[in-house]
Amino acid sequence: MEMLSELLSLFLDTMLDVLPIAGIIFGFQFLVIRKPVPNLKKVLIGLFYVLVGITLFLLGLEQALFPLGRLMAEQLTDPAFIHGAGAAVEQFDWKNYFWVYIFAFTIGMSTTIAEPSLIAVAIKAREVSGGTIGIWGLRIAVAIGAATGIALGTYRIITGTPLHYYIIAGYVVVIVQTFFAPKVIVPLAYDSGGVTTSTVTVPLVAALGLGLAETVPGRSPLIDGFGLIAFACLFPMISVMAYAQLSEFKASRAKKKRQKKEHSGQDLKKR
Amino acid sequence: MLNSMRDLAPIILVIAFFQIFVLQQPPDNVLGLLTGTLFVVVGLTFFIYGLEMGLFPIGESMAHAFARKGSIFWLLVFAFALGFGTTVAEPALIAVSDKASEVAAEAGQIAATEEAMETYAAGLRYTVALSVGVAIVIGVLRILMDWSIHYMIMAGYIIVVIVTSFAPVEIIGIAYDSGAVTTSTITVPLVTALGIGLASSISGRSPMSDGFGLIAFASLMPIIFVLIYGILI
Repeated sequence: MEMLSELLSLFLDTMLDVLPIAGIIFGFQFLVIRKPVPNLKKVLIGLFYVLVGITLFLLGLEQALFPLGRLMAEQLTDPAFIHGAGAAVEQFDWKNYFWVYIFAFTIGMSTTIAEPSLIAVAIKAREVSGGTIGIWGLRIAVAIGAATGIALGTYRIITGTPLHYYIIAGYVVVIVQTFFAPKVIVPLAYDSGGVTTSTVTVPLVAALGLGLAETVPGRSPLIDGFGLIAFACLFPMISVMAYAQLSEFKASRAKKKRQKKEHSGQDLKKR
Repeated sequence: MLNSMRDLAPIILVIAFFQIFVLQQPPDNVLGLLTGTLFVVVGLTFFIYGLEMGLFPIGESMAHAFARKGSIFWLLVFAFALGFGTTVAEPALIAVSDKASEVAAEAGQIAATEEAMETYAAGLRYTVALSVGVAIVIGVLRILMDWSIHYMIMAGYIIVVIVTSFAPVEIIGIAYDSGAVTTSTITVPLVTALGIGLASSISGRSPMSDGFGLIAFASLMPIIFVLIYGILI
């Protein structure tokens, strides 16, 4: 019963979020475009499914994954766990946070794979590229980037180094890669930074950041707790371009090999 | 359904591994966990189904309609409204701007009264929404005019770096994060469909290399605007 009322209130909340968007879409459709929407009924049913889907998705996350994820972030950053129960915390060493990095990496990777916005973009990318960019290829490339970013972000919180140095260094890498990556992939790579971080990743990652900033001596949750999401947003650009560079490199090497073979084949024939 | 389950399997594996091997504490509410996970799976299935039935087609059909109508003015108004409207009510943004007002109060930038904090948070929210609206407009203009995305993003980065050096330290983390939280689960498919629809209905544009990129602007522009907001206030 309690779950049902929660379901209903969550559905209403989602509706409220969607209302301005629906208002804009239909307002422009009727006032500016002034043409009936093609397949209106189908579109409306589709929108309804999206609403139902997001509601159930959020409710399930609230019920199951978020509390557990937050609890684990707290437990893993608990000084008693990190330094061993009862040990005197005198020497502070970033290497003690070993499990935190692994947790940050794996949770970043797995939540990014489940991120609905990323699935949406991956579906479109496959459609538009005619199948050369696979849904899973893109998703895994983005997930590796986000995971690396979040792991590095936890390292930054633990050591307390300034955020903007990391971000600026990341920008430099992105710019250098842009010149070498295949031209077609660049806009998609830039986009994939923004899509990684929404409904699933942000709450879990934010909990991890705040938990760390609260327990690591000398960090303030208000200042050091932020910035993890920015890392998760920057690194997928790098990993997606790297993925494209790698697959281009492989393709060109395979081509060269084939040409070589044909060449040597011809040579043999000549002899 | 099966696909959705495969999408979620990694999360469950990670959490189970850490629970069993590292933390060694059994979770207390196994039944609640299972029903919750089931909900997530069903929800994701519905979402993806509805995406291909509703959100993608409407985004693309509107882009085609605007391209055929040939009115750049209305297209840009639509782009701005879409960016602004979807961002201003975004729950993640509301949460972040409330946190930001706490930071500002703690740092002594604004008075630590409830009223001052509320004005600050609301100002920040409208700043971010405005920046996303502007970003989508710039992104649509790029598709129309065939500007190079590389140089635009680079220029954006340079502005970010310059503005960062003038901004108060407390706002930097929030500013960088705000770029990422603006793009929600409904905005992303719609905006992507809009870009691809536009690029495919204008001759000489390829949907692959011109259609993407709108989200990139929408996650870069808020950083600049929030940093400036931090400097001005």
